Amino acid sequence: MKDHRKIIYGVVTALLVMSPLFLNKYWVDVLNNVGLYAILGLSLNIIVGHAGLFNLGHAAFYAVGAYTAAILNTRFNIPVLWLLPLCALSAGLFAAIVMRPIIHLRGDYLCIVTIGLGEIVRIALINDVFGITGGANGIFGIDRPTIFGIAIRRPHEFYYLIWGFVAVAVFLFHRLENSRFGRALNYLREDEVAAEGSGINVAHYKLACFVIGAAWAGMVGVIFASKMTIISPESFSFWESVLIFTLILLGGSASIPGVILGALLIVGLPEVFRGIANARMLIFGGAMIAMMIFRTEGILPPRPRKYALSDDSSGESRA
Amino acid sequence: MSLLSIKNLTKRFGGVLAVNDVSFEVGTGSIMGLIGPNGAGKTTVFNLITGIYRPDQGEITFDGKSIVNLLTHSIISLGIARTFQTIRLFQNLSVLENVLAGCHSRMKSGSLRAMLRTPFQRGEEKAALERAVQALEFVGLRPDAEQLAKNLSYGNQRLLEIARALVTGPRLLILDEPAGGMNEQETTDLITLIRKIRDQGKTILLIEHDMSLVMRVCESIVVLDYGAKISEGTAETVKSDPLVVEAYLGTDEE
Repeated sequence: MKDHRKIIYGVVTALLVMSPLFLNKYWVDVLNNVGLYAILGLSLNIIVGHAGLFNLGHAAFYAVGAYTAAILNTRFNIPVLWLLPLCALSAGLFAAIVMRPIIHLRGDYLCIVTIGLGEIVRIALINDVFGITGGANGIFGIDRPTIFGIAIRRPHEFYYLIWGFVAVAVFLFHRLENSRFGRALNYLREDEVAAEGSGINVAHYKLACFVIGAAWAGMVGVIFASKMTIISPESFSFWESVLIFTLILLGGSASIPGVILGALLIVGLPEVFRGIANARMLIFGGAMIAMMIFRTEGILPPRPRKYALSDDSSGESRA
Repeated sequence: MSLLSIKNLTKRFGGVLAVNDVSFEVGTGSIMGLIGPNGAGKTTVFNLITGIYRPDQGEITFDGKSIVNLLTHSIISLGIARTFQTIRLFQNLSVLENVLAGCHSRMKSGSLRAMLRTPFQRGEEKAALERAVQALEFVGLRPDAEQLAKNLSYGNQRLLEIARALVTGPRLLILDEPAGGMNEQETTDLITLIRKIRDQGKTILLIEHDMSLVMRVCESIVVLDYGAKISEGTAETVKSDPLVVEAYLGTDEE
């Protein structure tokens, strides 16, 4: 069973690496979007999947990253890729500041406040806060990224940048999940009182997962801004947050392969069925309802962590 | 020499006086029992000690240090661990992971070290795993390490809570009705286990309704009724105290 999975992951990875070779511009661009949503999904997965905190305002952090990149790039001509760490920092800092006072809210209450947060950010951008966000028109003329002097312009070039970034995200998030940090998030999701009673600083971890999730969303914002070269508030609507949230629920919350599959299905499938575009939301809604009834844990739920238990007698008897 | 000292502890919930001016001391290395009829305020006292509630009045000192204004997780890392009356395990996680939760406060690696997987972080994970397995062996749950916590029997879930509390490295272990839901054999084993824990140099404070357990294992007993302390002493003294008999059986009205 374990090998079975490894083979599937290998095949999927190989397919992803080679797909630009036989896909046209349009489909490569679709996959680019899938990649961006996959990273957004992974970043929200830390909050929603692992810590079990409902966040329907993730687009706010995404927007902070994208706008930081756009402003610094257009005003000071700083190359966009250099802005990655800076935008991660700005989105993370933003999350730390706005989430600190409300982090103790539970379940639906937190959810409602995050919806409000997303809307506040979007409306603030439309209203041209501090005169630097360009109002409803947004900011245009953002540079394309360059790596070692090579400008990345075509979808095929972006493909490797974005999916390389997905690979790094998967690698790091996998490590994060299987650590004291990842476990702490799971404990507080399961039972906050017991987690605190086991010596875990619950408030700290709740805030920390928001900061990390926001930082990654901020970095996706940078790539998005440089890919589009123009960003406006409408790219960071409530609908974006909902999309990221649902792709986690559909794919399997707290599961990395699940989130990537979710991104493929939610962002990729509608493109496949362009022909029946009018019925798209209907089918989408129906699929979500069916899933909530028949497979509540998502299509690819997480598998239990593996621990290297020493092979003593009791371990062997369980083989 | 007392490890934990409680002075004039008072807690109100609205008009209800849940804990009323309670004082007692828990000596280092002793096994103390806290008993009383339902609603006497025993669990509230535990929740006050572990920082889940804040007392309205009174002082709690652990090892000479006041812990009244500390958060629960800081109190745990000072060396007080507890189990819960209504079992509070991480139901959907494995038995091993439940115990690893207790190791948390003795570890340092944060998110950055986890992402970089530094030698320090790996060493720490390995040590924690060893400690967790040891604790599972100690309570006899080693064969169930990979089961989900919710699949354990009631008695074993109580043992798992004890294992999780033990790996935090406490000097004082607080057990809230550890024998609740256990059969006679399991209770006898539990008594052996509690004595073994004490022999490791830990102090134990427990709430229990099973009087046979309390009388057999506790060296001193504090009795609460309607939030107030009505008696204190050895099992013999408490048993013959008319106030205790009255609290449990009621008075002869005629």
